Amino acid sequence: MRRPFVSVEGIARRFPATRGAPPQTVFEDVWFGIQEGEFVCLIGHSGCGKTTILNILAGLDRDYEGAVVVGGREIDGPSLDRAVIFQSHALLPWLTAEANIAFAIRSRHPGWGRARVAEACRSWIDLVGLTGAASKRPAQLSGGMKQRVGIARALAVEPKILLMDEPFSALDALTRGTLQEEVNRIVAETKLTAFMITHDVDEAILLADRILLMTNGPQAKIAEVVVNTLPRPRTRHDVHHLPGYYDLRNHIIDFLVDRSRRLARTMPPEWNPRRVPEVRPALAA
Amino acid sequence: MRATRPFASLALSALILTVLVAFWQIASSSGASQTGPVDAEYAALVGAAAAAGGQSPFPSPAEVGTRMLEHLADPFYVRGTNDQGIGIQLAYSLGRVLAGYALAALLAIPLGFAIGMSPLMYGALNPFIQVLRPISPLAWMPLALYTIRDSGASSIFVIFICSIWPMLLNTAFGVASVRREWLNVARTLECGRLRTALHVILPAAAPTIMTGMRISIGIAWLVIVAAEMLVGGTGIGYFVWNQWNNLSLADIITAILVIGIVGMTLDQALAVATRAVAYQD
Ligand SMILES: Nc1ncnc2c1ncn2[C@@H]1O[C@H](COP(=O)(O)OP(=O)(O)OP(=O)(O)O)[C@@H](O)[C@H]1O
Ligand SMILES: [Mg+2]
Repeated sequence: MRRPFVSVEGIARRFPATRGAPPQTVFEDVWFGIQEGEFVCLIGHSGCGKTTILNILAGLDRDYEGAVVVGGREIDGPSLDRAVIFQSHALLPWLTAEANIAFAIRSRHPGWGRARVAEACRSWIDLVGLTGAASKRPAQLSGGMKQRVGIARALAVEPKILLMDEPFSALDALTRGTLQEEVNRIVAETKLTAFMITHDVDEAILLADRILLMTNGPQAKIAEVVVNTLPRPRTRHDVHHLPGYYDLRNHIIDFLVDRSRRLARTMPPEWNPRRVPEVRPALAA
Repeated sequence: MRATRPFASLALSALILTVLVAFWQIASSSGASQTGPVDAEYAALVGAAAAAGGQSPFPSPAEVGTRMLEHLADPFYVRGTNDQGIGIQLAYSLGRVLAGYALAALLAIPLGFAIGMSPLMYGALNPFIQVLRPISPLAWMPLALYTIRDSGASSIFVIFICSIWPMLLNTAFGVASVRREWLNVARTLECGRLRTALHVILPAAAPTIMTGMRISIGIAWLVIVAAEMLVGGTGIGYFVWNQWNNLSLADIITAILVIGIVGMTLDQALAVATRAVAYQD
């Protein structure tokens, strides 16, 4: 079998015992792959280890067992090819929106002159709809605008893979909707490979090609992969009218409210962590 | 705190000043009539001038004012080594403070960076810092005089020693508490060590570092007066001591006011610099 573009091979993350706390295995035996240009979402309850998985993919967390192979090579620390959009936007507060983006551009193109960086900066700012707010500092921006700068900064390094940790969870529903569509459009246009953590089932259905369902921790596992067979392009105005939408949605919600807890205790005997079952609930209709 | 009208507080300040000066005037004019036998111990303390001329009365505000104007009119005169203008003495003190302070900053900020970034360095240097920091800077003076053999340079050394600690500790603390997520941004952008230090850690820690620098300049200005009183020669501290020997209280009060104003100016300059590097998170 050909290795997918991103191949996560049997990773586990364990925290050693500390005073008062026994050793903890956050998750183990996690195997999954992401094809080039694919959009994969990861859903699971709070504390099951989603952020930990994303940090491992980003190269920020290196204390794990198993391997992560990207483009045929095992990763070894962070890389400009794997950009991260952080949940808390993580903008540098002493820099303007523009300078935050320029900082990323200069990382990718250290040789570029001032004018060239400024020009590239302007086009990213226009792309995420921040024209007019470029010279403001993060403290003067709204939550949605900050997250836009975070998106622009991640895209500005021209990555191959975009890693997103609940990028819209702190936003109001309206802003979240617009940003979801922008990310959807940009990822489709640039053919980026995307991996996103979310709590929002509708967001996952709108954006993802496949949705990984994670059981509760400790010793969390990826129990099931839901294939999103709803046709693209999808918009948040019409996605819920598509046939099969509710089967898909109910399947995921059933998992979250019930099966994620039951499966955390015992997996069915036929379940194989290396070949996690794929289900297509939208086709059942 | 509610915003107060600047005019109202200014008027109140002026009123308080007027009342204080008025009390001073009344007290000094009634005290002038008071004469009595000079206590022998006191005579020994005040030195030659008092022993020769008897007790001179506490100067009135008017006398101090005239003296102050005289100093302001000609701050830079030189009439021999023991009689130089207050401006020249101030320049000596400021020069020593700035030299010792700059040397301390040059050492403390890089070292603070190292301590803040490396738990190993922190563990290794912390015992030294804990022991050295509580030592009064003046306690170093004899050692400095013995090894350096120059009173001016010894004062600079004492300033160096006293201004190093707040800068060192604040830099280390500021560097150690840079938010993990900002460091993660630098890592995902593949920033090298130098670029991370200069473009992420330094601006993130700058407000804390500047606070340390502001505390240091305040301490340095406190210490220089004492150090110069101790070693003599030149400087505003020596000026105060010299005027005490001349029993010229008007000159001493003038010097005290000048010391306060210069100290405030130094502090305000660093406050402005602190505001320049501040950021809102
Ligand atoms: N430094 C640490 N030491 C010990 N345990 C840790 C540490 N960091 C994280 N954990 C544990 O790892 C588990 C997973 O954390 P993680 O942040 O990945 O969860 P998450 O799935 O992203 O949750 P959320 O949805 O709330 O963001 C948690 O149970 C947490 O207690
Ligand atoms: Mg998380």
